[in-house]
Amino acid sequence: MTATDAQSGVKRPIFTAFNVITTLIVILGLYLTYRRFTGGLGAVSNLTHKNPWGIWIGFDLLTGVALAAGGYVTAAGVYIFGMKRYHSAVRPALLTAFLGYFFVVIALLFDVGRPWRLPYPFIMQQGTTSIMFEVALCVSLYLTVLFLEFTPIPLEWLGWKKVRGLAIKLTLTLTILGVVLSTMHQSSLGAMFLIAPTKLHPLWYSPYIPVFFFVSSIAAGLSMVIFESSLSRRIFSHKMDATHREEGDAVVLGFGKAAALVLAAYFVLKLVGVAHGDHWHLLGTPYGAWFLVEILGFVLLPCFLYSVGVRDRNTVLIRWTSAITVLGIVLNRLNVSLICFNWNLPADERYSPHWMEVGITLFVVTLFLLVFRFIVTRMPVFHEHPEFKESH
Amino acid sequence: MTLSRRTFIKSIAGGAGLALGGSAAAGHGTFHGYPDSNAILHDTTRCVGCRSCEAACNSVNGLPAPERPFTDTSVLDDKRSTDEKTFTVVNRYEVEKEPGKKVAYFRKVQCNHCLEPCCASVCFVKAFKKTPEGPVLYDPSVCVGCRYCLLACPFYALTYEYDNPLEPQVVRCTMCYPRIKEGKLPGCVEACPMGALTYGKRDELLLIARERIQKDPDRYVNYIYGEHEVGGQSWLHLSAVPFEDLGLPSLTTRPAPELTSGALSLVPVVVGTWPVLLTGIYAINKRKDKIAEQEQSDAVAQAEARTRDEMKQKMDTAAEKAKQDKQKAVETAVKKALAEEAKKQEKDPKEGEVE
Repeated sequence: MTATDAQSGVKRPIFTAFNVITTLIVILGLYLTYRRFTGGLGAVSNLTHKNPWGIWIGFDLLTGVALAAGGYVTAAGVYIFGMKRYHSAVRPALLTAFLGYFFVVIALLFDVGRPWRLPYPFIMQQGTTSIMFEVALCVSLYLTVLFLEFTPIPLEWLGWKKVRGLAIKLTLTLTILGVVLSTMHQSSLGAMFLIAPTKLHPLWYSPYIPVFFFVSSIAAGLSMVIFESSLSRRIFSHKMDATHREEGDAVVLGFGKAAALVLAAYFVLKLVGVAHGDHWHLLGTPYGAWFLVEILGFVLLPCFLYSVGVRDRNTVLIRWTSAITVLGIVLNRLNVSLICFNWNLPADERYSPHWMEVGITLFVVTLFLLVFRFIVTRMPVFHEHPEFKESH
Repeated sequence: MTLSRRTFIKSIAGGAGLALGGSAAAGHGTFHGYPDSNAILHDTTRCVGCRSCEAACNSVNGLPAPERPFTDTSVLDDKRSTDEKTFTVVNRYEVEKEPGKKVAYFRKVQCNHCLEPCCASVCFVKAFKKTPEGPVLYDPSVCVGCRYCLLACPFYALTYEYDNPLEPQVVRCTMCYPRIKEGKLPGCVEACPMGALTYGKRDELLLIARERIQKDPDRYVNYIYGEHEVGGQSWLHLSAVPFEDLGLPSLTTRPAPELTSGALSLVPVVVGTWPVLLTGIYAINKRKDKIAEQEQSDAVAQAEARTRDEMKQKMDTAAEKAKQDKQKAVETAVKKALAEEAKKQEKDPKEGEVE
């Protein structure tokens, strides 16, 4: 990143704020990694026997996978539902999804006790009654699918035309496979909590939780594409071609419209969840107030704002709304896995993350950003490769 | 009491390997536990909190010595939990049985060895196994360390070696499986001086528990905790007060795997329907595109044809006109020539004759 930029030929300064901060985080991360694998999980985390899952599961895994849903949502929209006018949104979304899943797995290497045994469910004994077996199978298969969907980007960069041609031919198959696998593991991440009805607060525990997770992942994916495009267009604008810039607003409007619809459906589903358990009386409790904050402030409000934004063709409003929705997804996943989990335990037995857990999460997110930047500044993500124009 | 215990020991010694056959507990239909499996009945009304069971557990399992000796009962002032170095603890619960009068009850805490264990159903490498003898066993050689079992257990009975960097294991009571196999009693049962713990066949223990309730209905709550909770446990509890006052959660009778089997059964539905549906949608969209393309090219062809016709017509008219013009020109030229000739002849008649 310090070298001359191949295309513009401009020499960039080394000591930018971004470079200094990321370097510091990476150094810290390497130190924490050393601590984790020499002292055990106890040395770097606040995990306990009663709180076996912390932010590495609640944020890195559950939220990470939900926010990486833009990949299957966008690919399905463009390649299956025929919304070709959003074509320029596919590559950034697929790249985000692929890197997102990749770094989810990296984060898991910190969390599980013996990470080198991660292939054991497939090669040693298959625990097929476990929801986690399904999650593990789907996530590993989907990571492979995303890798294949992503390959045209580096292959164009490398100029390997024949292999790229093969990869492009797989597009439809991979897209369908991606939707199937995503439907299963997005919902299963929620279904993992079905086993603990006495530990998760009844307002969040529901037999419909797999459906909640799946539907909200669509909203998360759509909003993440909008949110990310808003950031990218400030940071990587010089890497974007005319098509990408021109289609940008259409993508924001189209995805905003879809997100409004999905959020409306999700809101209704959440109400059905409360009705199904007949938990209306719990809305008056402190946890009930917190539940209302989540579904009114971070589901119904963005749904409304998206609708207004689309009606008025107000892309600025839609872009801000996407940030609210993304925050709402983070909140929901943390509520289910941490904040409203073990709600019955006395306060001194509840979990809050150790700063070193936050440090490792920050480290993983930073690695994601670095690899993302490396790829989009070199490879055809925001622009079409001159040699492969009009060929996909 | 002693009599029944002896009977049980005999039956264990005689029929330890009896129920080894038969396959796992998972699957549909109701599973009421392996026949002739063993269990432990914990009569909390008899427990005095002496911690003998803790000491015995520590010694038979070769666990490290605790900070404070097992004779120190002041540890009971706090609610303790099991951990990776302590498979069992006794807790004291002050319960207001009558208004203003608090009575102390004690309960021993450990893994309850469910008949259809949550830990076994959620493990993605099948590290847990319910043995026909009763204990739920854990196989550290396949464990990945995801700790989903700790999360799933409704009793918070499992613990993890968080301080072991390379080979951490899930740790908990094994119901003294090795001792049972040798025909001995579990360490805690053998050590209990009050007869608060009884080991034996689960079916027989249920009968004993009912008999005790029946004989002394004022002493007991008319309920055996562990008979049906999430499918039942191999640890059964009797109490003088509601079980929730002793820290035992109120649970459904549905076995744990039932909670997730619905979600799992949707997998084949998704795998079966999504690809067909999505390919269909793709095909419809492709056909729409194709028709649109066809219509467009048809329209273009039509427009082209129309233009061509118009052009041709124009050309034809133009050609016709040109032809007519030419004819006219010829006619005029001929007329002119004839007229000139006539004039010439008038002037020079001789010349005309020669020709």
